[in-house]
Amino acid sequence: MVASSLKLQELIQEIREAKTQAQEREVIQKECAHIRASFRDGDPLHSHRQLAKLLYAHMLGYPAHFGQMECLKLIASPRFTDKRVGYLGAMLLLDERQDAHLLITNSIKNDLSQGIEAVQGLALCTLSAMGSAEMCRDLAPEVEKLLLQPSAYVRKKAVLTAVHMIRKVPELSDIFLPPCAQLLHERHHGVLLGTVTLITELCERSPAALKHFRKVVPQLVHTLRTLVVTGCSTEHSVSGVSDPFLQVQILRLLRILGRNHEESSETMNDLLAQVATNTDASRNAGSAVLFETVLTIMDIRSAAGLRVLAVNILGRFLLNSDRNIRYVALTSLLKLVQSDHSAVQRHRPTVVECLQEPDASLSRRALELSLALVNSSNVRTMTQELQGFLESCPPDLRADCASGILLAAERFAPTKRWHIDTILRVLTTAGTYVRDDAVANLIQLIGGAQELHAYSVRRLYSALAEDISQQPLVQVAAWCIGEYGDLLLEGTCEETEPLQVEEDMVLTLLERVLQSHMSLPATRGYALTALMKLSTRLHGDNNRICQVMSIYGSCQDVELQQRAVEYNALFRKYDHLRAAVLEKMPLVERGGPQVNEEAKESKEVAQLSEAAPVPTETQASKLLDLLDLLDGPSENAQHPPPLDPTPGDTLIHLLDLPCAPLPSAPIPNLKVYEREGLQLTLSFVRPPGTPTLLLITVTATNTSGGDVTHFICQVAVPKSFQLQLQAPSGDTVPAQGGLPMTQLLRILNPNKAPLRLKLRLTYDHFGQSVQEIFEVNNLPVETWQ
Amino acid sequence: LSKYYEHVEINKRRLLETEVIKSCLSRSNEQCSFIDYKDFKLIYQQYAAVFIVVGVNDTENEMAIYKFIHNFVEVLDDSFSRVSELDIMFNLDKVHIILDEMSLSGCIVETNWARILVPLQILDKILDS
Repeated sequence: MVASSLKLQELIQEIREAKTQAQEREVIQKECAHIRASFRDGDPLHSHRQLAKLLYAHMLGYPAHFGQMECLKLIASPRFTDKRVGYLGAMLLLDERQDAHLLITNSIKNDLSQGIEAVQGLALCTLSAMGSAEMCRDLAPEVEKLLLQPSAYVRKKAVLTAVHMIRKVPELSDIFLPPCAQLLHERHHGVLLGTVTLITELCERSPAALKHFRKVVPQLVHTLRTLVVTGCSTEHSVSGVSDPFLQVQILRLLRILGRNHEESSETMNDLLAQVATNTDASRNAGSAVLFETVLTIMDIRSAAGLRVLAVNILGRFLLNSDRNIRYVALTSLLKLVQSDHSAVQRHRPTVVECLQEPDASLSRRALELSLALVNSSNVRTMTQELQGFLESCPPDLRADCASGILLAAERFAPTKRWHIDTILRVLTTAGTYVRDDAVANLIQLIGGAQELHAYSVRRLYSALAEDISQQPLVQVAAWCIGEYGDLLLEGTCEETEPLQVEEDMVLTLLERVLQSHMSLPATRGYALTALMKLSTRLHGDNNRICQVMSIYGSCQDVELQQRAVEYNALFRKYDHLRAAVLEKMPLVERGGPQVNEEAKESKEVAQLSEAAPVPTETQASKLLDLLDLLDGPSENAQHPPPLDPTPGDTLIHLLDLPCAPLPSAPIPNLKVYEREGLQLTLSFVRPPGTPTLLLITVTATNTSGGDVTHFICQVAVPKSFQLQLQAPSGDTVPAQGGLPMTQLLRILNPNKAPLRLKLRLTYDHFGQSVQEIFEVNNLPVETWQ
Repeated sequence: LSKYYEHVEINKRRLLETEVIKSCLSRSNEQCSFIDYKDFKLIYQQYAAVFIVVGVNDTENEMAIYKFIHNFVEVLDDSFSRVSELDIMFNLDKVHIILDEMSLSGCIVETNWARILVPLQILDKILDS
């Protein structure tokens, strides 16, 4: 069957006429089948046409890998048209991964040494497009020879092929180094361009080459000067600028050569000034050259006047109406702002204007630049602008903008009050995009600014009253209201308008926060704790608060439920301790090794509310551990022991100041009672943190032959003491030195009066019931001093 | 029509191309011609129905590439006399040749129109003979 041999044009026509995707696929598949058949049969006359069609199909996205071998055959054929298509196919279809590409090496070698320009050009082109490392190594000598060919056409291609080779196989740079110097003397722009690129590549890869080529700086300068001044060849000029591409390349090379090198930089200075002033910036080509000049000036060790010139050029760019130019200017200014801060500052107003651009890439660059330009003198105006921007900017930029503003505020805040204001504003406009630790930072900041407590709590209250959806804001506000609720109700504060706040309103607001479905569980935690704190700060009735706590005692969320239950217990059983526990927090320390200790403590005392809304910050967990130990989160090294939980009563542990089963300070044990083998011993512990507390463990041991059952021990203390008797470990002391029975006594001795105990024991021993009352007066001094 | 100067796997090429085209098509007229895409910069120009996109790394001068695109289109104009997308489609190989003449292994070779079109003319002569 003779395959119909369509010309490429006809095929394209057919494909375009296909109305649907399926039809097109059909046409192509049919054609591909023909092509495959013809490849198999080997039709030398038309194979190039077939391959061309195949390449077209490949461009449309259909698989064409079966054409690879055909490419090779075509390349090897002596006809130019075949070669052309073959090389094109090789470039498109073959790549380094295929093994077939190595087969081309030989063909390329032959072609390179052939002497026909066009063919050599083709071969070089293909080599540079898909040459792999092995191919490059094999063919490097050939290419080198071609570098010195008389034909400029070949030379320019050879030079760039050399660039590709060096990229693939850096060791080849030695081969290509010597010819470069000679090639620089070219008059042909194409070759010159290629050579400059080659030298750039060489210099970028090896510092030795860099040194070598510093010698040619004067020559480059000369060439560039001729270009700029005389406008030498009209055939290369693009819209009035003579060969901008060459200029740009030379400038780039000069930049690399002049970097960190005084001498070369000096030779370049005049030239750069000349280029900068002479080039016409009204056309794109001129702008391109100017842009490159600016970059070069910035990179080398140039004179100060030159740098100012460069920044001015960039400033002019910024005012240009063409967006592309503005983009380019913003990018380079961003690079410059580190080194030439003051010069860039002058263009600040223009930069700020660019913030308003509708274009996303432009506004992003403008944002970065503005943030970099903030310093202590302009921080107020800049934050004003940035906040305006924050309100209107697209969502993906908001997070960056918000964190940028916060960072700038932190570094340059003129007053604490301004700082708090700024953070507040950011939280209200873009609360959800703020970073997690902003809440903790703000709380710490407010806590530290004592004179501003009243002010902050008022601002936060009004902000919260308006809008309870922004979570970070709500969290901070809840915390503040809890801490400084009394200041809120005082009524007068000279820094804000008078705000009449009733207790009811505050409670209502917090309840709203609790009930709102927008509040995160963490926020609810904050609100609960705040409500609790208010119970001591406010003077009104605490019924409402109690009610809320009882409701939340059965909440689904474990964290909230736990808190509510604990607070509830605080109301009922430990009311006398409530005020002390809910005192104002001391200033939290930021970071430092203490934080870790606190974190460890919090973890060990398991029932204490721990899950911080700001998971990474242990600081926040400190904030939430309100009921954490009367002494608060400061310096002491308390080590809560592994507590054995008395079943059912979690509150014991809350107020459970650490009681070590072993005495921390060695107070000698005291035997107080002994009768018929039953002994009673007292052991004392004075926990170091609480000077008024004494823990006594009563241990009853039985060395007699009979069990002691129904053992009850009661203790009385003088009036000034407070006694707490915990449940005993059991009421039977087994015989023969069995397991002793222990009972824990807690004695609070606020007056440090001498301690006396009266004990009453009742038990059954040897079938008799015994009742004993006795006093213990000889307690060691350390127990009560 | 695409040309790669750095090695990109063949199956990844399609994906890359679709993404690039998508991001270029979604830009309106007022936005600037430079887009950031992964770690490249894309510089594109729209001429009627034809988009020309060049992807470069950070060190390239964007404005120069912008001019290069323009130059390329002018050369195409010259050789096809008022080029349109049909011309490009029907003369794929010629376009490839032109592109090869202008840029090699990622660098700009020749920007002089006359010199670029010479090989094309040679090719045409050979084809006719």
